[in-house]
Amino acid sequence: MQGLAESLRAAPVRPAPWERAGLPLLEGVPSETSEEHFGAEFRRFSLERSKPGRFEEFYGLLQHVHKIPNVDVLVGYADIHGDLLPINNDDNYHKAVSTANPLLRIFIQKKEEADYSAFGTDTLIKKKNVLTNVLRPDNHRKKPHIVISMPQDFRPVSSIIDVDILPETHRRVRLYKYGTEKPLGFYIRDGSSVRVTPHGLEKVPGIFISRLVPGGLAQSTGLLAVNDEVLEVNGIEVSGKSLDQVTDMMIANSRNLIITVRPANQRNNVVRNSRTSGSSGQSTDNSLLGCPQPMEPSFEPEDEDSDEDDVVIEDNGVPQQIPKAVPEAESLESLTQIELSFESGQNGLIPSRGLSLAPAAGGTDSEFETRAPVQKLLEEDGTIITL
Amino acid sequence: MMKFRFRRQGADPQREKLKQELFAFNKTVEHGFPNQPSALAFDPELRIMAIGTRSGAVKIYGAPGVEFTGLHRDAATVTQMHFLPGQGRLLTLLDDSSLHLWEIVHHNGCAHLEEALSFQLPSRPGFDGASTSSSLTRVTVVLLLAAGDIAALGTEGGSIYFLDVTTLALLERQTLSPDEILRSVPDDYRCGKALGPVESLQGHLRDPTKILIGYSRGLLVIWNQAAQCVDHVFLGNQQLESLCWGRNSGTIISSHSDGSYAIWPMNTGSSPTLQPSVATVPYGPFPCKAINKILWRNCESGGHFIIFSGGMPRASYGDRHCVSVLRAETLVTLDFTSRIIDFFTVHSTRPEDEFDDPQALAVLLEEELVVLDLQTPGWPSVPAPYLAPLHSSAITCSAHVANVPAKLWARIVSAGEQQSPQPISSASNWPITGGRNLAQEPSQRGLLLTGHEDGTVRFWDASGVALRPLYKLSTAGLFQTDCEHADSLAQAAEDDWPPFRKVGCFDPYSDDPRLGVQKVALCKYTAQMVVAGTAGQVLVLELNDVPTEQAVSVASVDLLQDREGFTWKGHERLSPRAGPLPWPAGFQPRVLVQCLPPAAVTAVTLHAEWSLVAFGTSHGFGLFDYQRKSPVLARCTLHPNDSLAMEGPLSRVKSLKKSLRQSFRRIRKSRVSGKKRIANANSKLQEANAQLAEQACPHDIEMTPVQRRIEPRSADDSLSGVVRCLYFADTFLRDAHHGPTMWAGTNSGSVFAYALEVPAAVAGGEKRPERAVEAVLGKEVQLMHRAPVVAIAVLDGRGRPLPEPYEASRDLAQAPDMQGGHAVLIASEEQFKVFTLPKVSAKTKFKLTAHEGCRVRKVALATFASVACEDYAETCLACLTNLGDVHVFSVPGLRPQVHYSCIRKEDISGIASCVFTRHGQGFYLISPSEFERFSLSARNITEPLCSLDISWPRDATRARVQESPKLSQANGNPSIILAPQSCDRSPDLAHKGADTPEPPESTLSPMSIDSATSADTTLDTTGDVTVEDVKDFLGSSEESERNLRNLTEDEAHTCTILIK
Repeated sequence: MQGLAESLRAAPVRPAPWERAGLPLLEGVPSETSEEHFGAEFRRFSLERSKPGRFEEFYGLLQHVHKIPNVDVLVGYADIHGDLLPINNDDNYHKAVSTANPLLRIFIQKKEEADYSAFGTDTLIKKKNVLTNVLRPDNHRKKPHIVISMPQDFRPVSSIIDVDILPETHRRVRLYKYGTEKPLGFYIRDGSSVRVTPHGLEKVPGIFISRLVPGGLAQSTGLLAVNDEVLEVNGIEVSGKSLDQVTDMMIANSRNLIITVRPANQRNNVVRNSRTSGSSGQSTDNSLLGCPQPMEPSFEPEDEDSDEDDVVIEDNGVPQQIPKAVPEAESLESLTQIELSFESGQNGLIPSRGLSLAPAAGGTDSEFETRAPVQKLLEEDGTIITL
Repeated sequence: MMKFRFRRQGADPQREKLKQELFAFNKTVEHGFPNQPSALAFDPELRIMAIGTRSGAVKIYGAPGVEFTGLHRDAATVTQMHFLPGQGRLLTLLDDSSLHLWEIVHHNGCAHLEEALSFQLPSRPGFDGASTSSSLTRVTVVLLLAAGDIAALGTEGGSIYFLDVTTLALLERQTLSPDEILRSVPDDYRCGKALGPVESLQGHLRDPTKILIGYSRGLLVIWNQAAQCVDHVFLGNQQLESLCWGRNSGTIISSHSDGSYAIWPMNTGSSPTLQPSVATVPYGPFPCKAINKILWRNCESGGHFIIFSGGMPRASYGDRHCVSVLRAETLVTLDFTSRIIDFFTVHSTRPEDEFDDPQALAVLLEEELVVLDLQTPGWPSVPAPYLAPLHSSAITCSAHVANVPAKLWARIVSAGEQQSPQPISSASNWPITGGRNLAQEPSQRGLLLTGHEDGTVRFWDASGVALRPLYKLSTAGLFQTDCEHADSLAQAAEDDWPPFRKVGCFDPYSDDPRLGVQKVALCKYTAQMVVAGTAGQVLVLELNDVPTEQAVSVASVDLLQDREGFTWKGHERLSPRAGPLPWPAGFQPRVLVQCLPPAAVTAVTLHAEWSLVAFGTSHGFGLFDYQRKSPVLARCTLHPNDSLAMEGPLSRVKSLKKSLRQSFRRIRKSRVSGKKRIANANSKLQEANAQLAEQACPHDIEMTPVQRRIEPRSADDSLSGVVRCLYFADTFLRDAHHGPTMWAGTNSGSVFAYALEVPAAVAGGEKRPERAVEAVLGKEVQLMHRAPVVAIAVLDGRGRPLPEPYEASRDLAQAPDMQGGHAVLIASEEQFKVFTLPKVSAKTKFKLTAHEGCRVRKVALATFASVACEDYAETCLACLTNLGDVHVFSVPGLRPQVHYSCIRKEDISGIASCVFTRHGQGFYLISPSEFERFSLSARNITEPLCSLDISWPRDATRARVQESPKLSQANGNPSIILAPQSCDRSPDLAHKGADTPEPPESTLSPMSIDSATSADTTLDTTGDVTVEDVKDFLGSSEESERNLRNLTEDEAHTCTILIK
């Protein structure tokens, strides 16, 4: 059976907010006909409701219909409740097609200009006319919305990692501090904890989280709490280090901070699945929203190092990120043989094809990833759980 | 995943071996003046001097380069020190009444000052635990009897104990109680009063059996030790301070608490002497302070010296620190700026000599040592070749210049000689000449520059062990300060009596804090230097061998660059004097640049080849062409939200005042509460409650723990615009053509790179043509971690740092590779990074803070030469962290090589004062007056290496195996070579014979006397052993064990030979 689709290409809205703490609700309502709204102009075309095909095909169809073959777009549709919902994978595409009644209204926005706030519950009902909403973004600035963006545009703000290799009483939390204005928002203090030693119980000095700033990254994740004992910072044990040292380490790692804590509240610990072991791909899945794991690679932040963040402004006055130098044979001569054998990932020479047999976890940039998929696998052994 | 990420690098044995040949950490020598000295001793036979300090340190000095250091285990004040003449042994008394015997001993070619024995006078039996008894046995004075192996201890209770020095064992039978003395004293003098503590014990030079005892109450007794009887008594009634025995036994001189001294004739009659022949109050008639110490020295040329400290009129000059030197009619009152600790004269001590003939007077003050030449008329002071008071004005910055060309060195030395008021010949009159310096003549001349609070820059010869002052540059003369007339007024007010003479150079009072020197840079090839100060003054100077009179051109540079909304709340800029000014030979100012606002200069650099000086403050940086005397560039680095930058240093002064006020209040409060204590019980209760409440407050503060905010730095943090470093380089900035560039790094991780258009100098000419220099911003790098940029350096195509200006053109350094492939090394407080040039891309990096939790305080590129291979050297990055650790990284790979703990992390001023040299050494202040010298290089070590001809009396002589000096150098510990004098000793007694049993006390000290054989594995008793050192020792343990065995055999061998 043929369905109709109507698509609309939307004008630029406003810059995308960069991070979201949750996932969008991917819902759909069955429909028979699709209708696409396309900018000032509409395209109407038919779809096979029983055999909608794959999302990629549909996406290609839209690009073809609108004659925008090389433009990245966001696709959304109006469900039966009048909500503007995204179409970006097979599931929600099928859902959209199945709920179309009879027309499937599809809204297309240029990706870079997309208004994510347009998506969500009640969007189309509250804004009587979705067109005014989409086309005249100034209108809705008056009332900020709960922003829900597209999954692939999400950036994780925090994650629990290494669940499979850590004791259950510990939690390794990764806080992703991007260009966001949101502060990390926590404080640490000196304290003492009780340890079991060969001499019995002993009080040892430790570092504890003393305060969470309301609205800060640390608080919004819910993964860190006051009185959690900090055990490691980016893999380095803090025992024996002073409060100032730990502070300096955390600030130095603040762009990609990995804190291992012993939570004060041990009741919410991750319960390890018996099937997971060692560095197996699947680790404990405690993702609250059951978000599909395959999305991860796109989330994986390549900027483990803040290197890429260093900016150089040349004569033209345009700030650029500083690329990594690919060591050439010529420049390698200056390094002694010994230095090469000392190669490690985190610091020092940026690995190149020639000498990067070591799993250079630290020096991954996108360019590097494509060249060394083996290492990529090593690094992302699926222990990342995104919340 | 984490396992890989934080994987530690493995060890490559080949590289590890190379590292051992390149790097070794040693604290080698302390330069300057010991902090808080408390005791002084002089050995006239060996001509060595010892200084003890309040922290328990013992330092022995001889000829320049001869130095020994020891530290008591307990950090108690050294109150007295006495040399066993000629033996290289020293008896020290601490304020806990313990006695310690130190020996200059030598272990396997590596010898040092070592504590051999210690002794504590037992409390009187029966009174144990009673506080009175312990104070009664407190040792007040110590006398080493001329025989050499017996010490007499005078105590608070008036008893005198005798001690065998070689074993530190009490000679129980001989104790002399005051009761015994009182028996010889007439009844009417006794009148039931105690004699008081023993105030003075003096031996007789010619008659070793006689001891002169002075009691606090004033009684003087000559005790015959051989006959165990009183020879004579002098019934003094004035409270006694000190005693001195005239050489020819004819007289005794005593000094008293009322500021008088008395001369007692020695008549042989047995009846007590009732009156002194002379009693005078030298600074009377008004009440005077006590004369703490008095010396009597006669001269062959007739007459005698009376030298005493104190005795000043209480009301008018009671606060002066004076030593008076009186000879016949000549009286000079030496007026010092700090408290007098002790003094001695250098004179003949041979018993057969008729006269003392003092050559020199050495006065140890709290802050310096002053030596006067008593043989030259006018008694001029002798410039000290070491022990210089570095802190005569507080040190505000320091810099080291390595490989100073001989020509410049000679010019600086000559400028310094013209400066010193003393005749040059007196430099050779330094009386403390013991020992021989065996260290080789330094291969290169090193100059240490210290900038001071009073606007002076001092030049020190840092080539060897003795830090010698060379030249002092004062910048204060260029400016008008308000303190000048005050000075002249003070001089006019000075009376003729007492005849004061200002001596010494310690002067902690700065005329004007704005004069303080913040940064110094010297071009050693052109003898041009730049001195930058607290009020934004940047002074370019040039060395001139003759005095001149000339005007200094003044320019000002506005670093705010029309930024609006800022008002400078700090100090005014200094106003320079107008017109031609006279300048003595030495560094003479050419150009003065004043920054606006006049904030302290935070970075400065000089390029003499281009005649450019760059300077930065908390507001921005500027570039000045001092040949054309015109500004080239000014750039504001201020963040719009930064308010702190505008306040200037005065706000900090305010807070200091506030805290002072608070502490005064606290004192007043405690005084008030102290008075209350005498009140009735009711108020006592109230007070107790109040005290509880008071205590509760600070308790609460402790309860709320210190917390630290975890937040990345943001662009608008305060003081983000402070310029931290400036750098000139001839490199590739914009394209494939190299040229002059200037680099500036700020507190917020910004780096600005300018391409400079410097007109090329005409071939052969020193000066470039008179055309304007231009600067174009080429690149701006923002480090995202925003940590302060502490250093920038450009590496050439071979990864080596570019040479200094003129260095390559004068064939003093290898020419850099200018074929391209340059890279810039940017060191921030958190990371080191190398970026390629001219296209900026990240090459290598090391994230120090992320890994170690420490922050970079100082960095320097240094060349490390190998001990194994003559011409192998590596250039590395040396770095001092806020934890006081020193790390060394390879360049440009930025691989960590070694790290050592160097400075205590609590010692913030020590860490802040650290300066590295170009050859892997460094200096840091361990006190306001002392630099510790350390070396990271295994080859380039500057340490005391000296010999001392010591001779021990028969029983105490112990044979030492003599070793070649080479061995000690390899070990890297401070070392001396001893040459025990054995010519006049019978060989069978030269070795510690079986007849001398090991004294039981020796078990008190961990290093027993016979442990010489185990000393080649000693882990340096000074306790500066780092983990790496230990590793080294472990690594070579097999070898050392073998040595040990050999040595044991050797010694056994010598034993048999000797005993035969």
